[in-house]
Amino acid sequence: MPGKDDSVREALKTKGAYGKDIDLDAYEEGDRDADSVKDLEDSEYKRYMENVGVVADEMERSGTLMFIDNGMSHCSPKTQEGLEMSTVSQALKDHDGLKDFIWKAMDPAKDKYTAKTYLEDGDGFFIRVKSGYHIKNPVQSCMLLNKEKSIQNLHNIIVVEDGASLEMITGCSTIRHANDALHVGVTEIYLGEGSGLTYSMIHSWGNKTNVRPRTRCVVGKNSHYTNNYVILNPVGNLQSFPVADLSENASATYNTICIAHEGSDIDTGGMVNLNGPGSRAEIMSRSISMGGKMCARGRLVGNSPGVKAHLECRSIILKDGGATLAIPELEAHAADVEMTHEAAVGKIARDQIEYIMSRGLDEDQAVSMIVRGFLSGSINGLPESLQKELDSAIEQANLGD
Amino acid sequence: MSEMLKIVDLHAEAGGREILKGVNLTVEEGETCVLFGPNGSGKSTLLSTIMGYSTCKVTSGQILFKGKDISSLSIDERARMGIGMMMQRPPNIFGVKLGDLVKAASKDEGVLGNAELFKMEGFLDRDINVGFSGGEIKRSELLQLTAQKPEFILLDEPESGVDLENIDLIGGKIKDLLYEHAGPVSVQRHVSSLIITHTGQVLDYVGADRGYIMKNGRIQCAGRPSDLLKHIKQNGYGECDACQAKTIQ
Repeated sequence: MPGKDDSVREALKTKGAYGKDIDLDAYEEGDRDADSVKDLEDSEYKRYMENVGVVADEMERSGTLMFIDNGMSHCSPKTQEGLEMSTVSQALKDHDGLKDFIWKAMDPAKDKYTAKTYLEDGDGFFIRVKSGYHIKNPVQSCMLLNKEKSIQNLHNIIVVEDGASLEMITGCSTIRHANDALHVGVTEIYLGEGSGLTYSMIHSWGNKTNVRPRTRCVVGKNSHYTNNYVILNPVGNLQSFPVADLSENASATYNTICIAHEGSDIDTGGMVNLNGPGSRAEIMSRSISMGGKMCARGRLVGNSPGVKAHLECRSIILKDGGATLAIPELEAHAADVEMTHEAAVGKIARDQIEYIMSRGLDEDQAVSMIVRGFLSGSINGLPESLQKELDSAIEQANLGD
Repeated sequence: MSEMLKIVDLHAEAGGREILKGVNLTVEEGETCVLFGPNGSGKSTLLSTIMGYSTCKVTSGQILFKGKDISSLSIDERARMGIGMMMQRPPNIFGVKLGDLVKAASKDEGVLGNAELFKMEGFLDRDINVGFSGGEIKRSELLQLTAQKPEFILLDEPESGVDLENIDLIGGKIKDLLYEHAGPVSVQRHVSSLIITHTGQVLDYVGADRGYIMKNGRIQCAGRPSDLLKHIKQNGYGECDACQAKTIQ
């Protein structure tokens, strides 16, 4: 493991760039000796998994990884040529070359959360798709917080090599008795040339849970990265700002779908560095405040000629007491860039509600139908598997009916 | 025949201005009525007020539907009592699929099978009205109404913005809606309607029983639809002002 150098120790004092500062000393390290879960269908965790899109029967999945607090409790890769799944610690033993990837995309001294994960030598999942392989069904992973007042410090690595592709669904949830806990998930993603990754994250935390994911994706030439981030249930304080670095003709799409319930404070979005000529990006955010605070950020940085990018943040406040803030940022350092943004904060148009009511649906049903459409239906290109899980999560989020 | 709809001295505001200034009008059970009138006379406001849209506020008068005053009921309550409306310019609803609304409007699981009859099978997964042409909007409205199966239908300019190719389909589907319950022998109709038309083109497809002319927020006269249309085509609406004797009060 890399040396725990002084600069990283110093970074333990560095607050995150955005969001409320979390006192790490208020939490103790989560257990590394997780319960081993052999049969997901028969597991006590099944309902928590399924609540966040991780299916216990593993139908139409290429494999499952599960972490409870800081230990891996399940790993079931199906026999799938070209796919490798394990923990990062195991992968480091298996692959000398992994040293070239670990903590390269992400600076461990970025802030106190990355520093803590680095210094605690946090383990996590390692997924590799070998060059030229296209993994047919999604790989799913599940991160569960199981201990009150503990930190989950995970460090995950995904490598999709040249000409390969993968769809990944990650579900994160809190077991009921671990409400006041802290999730820190550092994920480094490396996409080779001509590759593709769709990375979808669905969350269901407790209403006091603090969440600080840190994700950075290096996107190779002619590759595509899709980042889908969904949180529809109450959470304490969540701040997430994944970053993608695009090479020549690479592209990235971020879709963020959030509901900020009363008491929740969500600050999310993402940043794309369009470093390669001809690279493209789209950041889409749909959020609803049901009485909570919602901040939707987006930052596009055009560093090369011929880049094209669009950013769109749309928010609706459905309940009094809610607040929403949209911060779209465009930054360009080259000529011949085309970058646009749209931001809108509003309410559901009365004529839309009444139009649906004129077909015999009552007002709550009409609002619910429009809200569902706003959250999930107006973003194109969501993978079918995510759309299904999203519909189910929206169903459970009890939107006014 | 009994009265399906009876409007009594109805006054209503839209946008803070009085638009309906004492409307009196009756549609009998099974009757098809057409409503003529110049632009801005209050025809669309009347239909929206009957449906219960909040943009139109009733200040006095009554809207009796099947004998009950519905002027304080919500839109969905009116819809569930059997009123359906085809809007001239319905709103775009991003994210909500047409098929989902059609399913929600009907209790019949197989209702989406009707889409093909309206040439709308390729639109069920599209956001409601978003990017629809004039003809597609009309077909979408009629598909929804067919799913809803109302007993009384308000049609706001069903032929406007429709090309010649579509007008046959739309006219035919309106006819199906109105005559749906007519048996092979009986000509008894049960679906009543009030149709706004400028051109009278819809009359090529449905036989209207009664026509009304509306001007300045009032019904100026009633008569045989073909006679009224002929008169309007020859003389416009200018003579209506000089024809106060025929005003229905």
